[in-house]
Amino acid sequence: MSDTLILTRRWAKKDPSLAGYRADGGYRSLDKALGMKPEDIVEQVKVSNLRGRGGAGFPTGIKWTFLPKDVRPRYLCVNADESEPGTCKDRYVCEFDPHMLLEGIAITCYALDIHRAYIYIRGEFAKQARALDAALAEARAAGILGEKLAGRDFPLEVHVARGAGAYICGEESALMESVEGKKGYPRFKPPFPAIVGLWGKPTIINNVETLANVPWIIEHGGAAYAALGTGKSGGTRLFCVSGNVKRPGIYEKPVHYNLKKLILEDCGGTPSGLPVKAVIPGGSSSPVLTGAEIDVSMEIDALKAAGSMSGSGGVIVMDESVCMVRALSRISMFYAEESCGQCTPCRQGTPWMEKIIEKIEHGDGTVADVDLLEQLPNNIMGQTICALGDAAAMPVQSFVKKFKKEFLDHVERRGCPQGEKAWGVARQTREALIGGVSQ
Amino acid sequence: MSHHDQAAAERAPQDIAELPKDLVARFDAGIPAILARYPSDHQEAAMLPALRLAQEIFGWLPPAAQKLAADRIGAPAIRADEVATFYVMYHTRPVGRHVVEVCTNVSCSLTGGFDIYEHLKKRLGVENGGTTADGRITLRQVECLGSCATAPAMLVDEEMHERLTVEAVDRILGGLK
Repeated sequence: MSDTLILTRRWAKKDPSLAGYRADGGYRSLDKALGMKPEDIVEQVKVSNLRGRGGAGFPTGIKWTFLPKDVRPRYLCVNADESEPGTCKDRYVCEFDPHMLLEGIAITCYALDIHRAYIYIRGEFAKQARALDAALAEARAAGILGEKLAGRDFPLEVHVARGAGAYICGEESALMESVEGKKGYPRFKPPFPAIVGLWGKPTIINNVETLANVPWIIEHGGAAYAALGTGKSGGTRLFCVSGNVKRPGIYEKPVHYNLKKLILEDCGGTPSGLPVKAVIPGGSSSPVLTGAEIDVSMEIDALKAAGSMSGSGGVIVMDESVCMVRALSRISMFYAEESCGQCTPCRQGTPWMEKIIEKIEHGDGTVADVDLLEQLPNNIMGQTICALGDAAAMPVQSFVKKFKKEFLDHVERRGCPQGEKAWGVARQTREALIGGVSQ
Repeated sequence: MSHHDQAAAERAPQDIAELPKDLVARFDAGIPAILARYPSDHQEAAMLPALRLAQEIFGWLPPAAQKLAADRIGAPAIRADEVATFYVMYHTRPVGRHVVEVCTNVSCSLTGGFDIYEHLKKRLGVENGGTTADGRITLRQVECLGSCATAPAMLVDEEMHERLTVEAVDRILGGLK
């Protein structure tokens, strides 16, 4: 398995400046791309097997071909909303190497004949928004962006659009509503954004990490990127590991890296020394895996076959001392809080699930409540405009299925067997390794 | 709502004319740079940054500040209300001089985030969303801040503090005037 680093290779330098990026060969891929036919750039990205890093894992090059041929203007929205619990990677791309992202945006816009792009970043990332604004100012002053794209007769405006606290705005159609200055209500699909997107025009929406890979793909070719991965997934990706591990952090690994190896070797296992009880492998919406199920490739299709999903790469590790009812209770509170309220099954269903879990957690639950909790998610899954309903339902289904005994124990003992220790015994902050850099 | 909040809400300016002229002038000075980021036929898209600017200047978003933001970008006032009440970072009620927002989601709680939140409630003598009697600090429990690997985390006046301990939190609080 290759140990090639793409996204994190400059992080240790702590130099996000244009000069630093250029000294390491930055923006040469843009020059190369400007000498290529746009359709050849799209072809290289298709060949690379780059798949969306935001959660859905859709093949990026194929998404790009969905744009109708003769409708203009077209827009690009870069998704830096990063709000799925457990996910904390795009922020470091913005902070430590913003020009890698801007170069990816520039190449993408040139390939797709797009002249205006918005980087939509969650409101809580103030520092990262400043880093992007500073990088944009440098790129404009250097003539890379603006009236001309690196000297070519191709105007390109790129702006930062800050969110203001709403998980739902990471959903691509809610994101566009928010860029348009509205509340983030997801839109019906179809039509898909590539056909009817921002201000009703064809729009491509890609995640930060996805686009930051594009310069490397152009420099080395799509085949070289594909070769770093396996099957239909190419390249490396950023895995965010948090929770009960000795060394939490951001680890850049080939897309098919082994989950158990990541947790036990790279992250040093649990600080308590207790066995791993549960792992959420791809952000809090992905179905939970038991400690016995983690010897698995993290590649998109492999994790799907294992009954979960690689999602956004947010790996949350819990040791034997953590109460699964407490963990699910907190996850369900999140989805109830973040439901936008547009669709009834989600608006009503998410707080209902939250209340039942809380009831069980605090010792007021019955066996019938546990049964209800097994059934209820079925009435939300697939019944809503966007995927938030599914995202709320999947953890409930999987936690109850895999840790049913703990839920029944809470009913029988009329409360949490762990009492005050429901969040486990290893509750302390630990030094993190962010792309090899100690934080 | 505490007495502090309630009193301030009752004094809330309703119309643009009630806002201090110098602050309105500061707002107007900031608006052109925001509008320049959007196509000339879609200026109403500037609603989020316009409300953010208004909140920075007025401290929170009373109805008059919402109307001002909507007016200057050519949008109806109801749109400002819709947006201000949808996103959690907009304050449609008065807040303290500082806003402390603690994440208690899973990765943070596994590393002590929930304990920190409980400590803050006790130390400040407020519940979620409450403001200290002296108007110094508003405390809020918030959702995942995207700081999971460097958990636990909190925002203080929208700036992130990470790898927190109870001691570190006390030090940070001590620095808030």
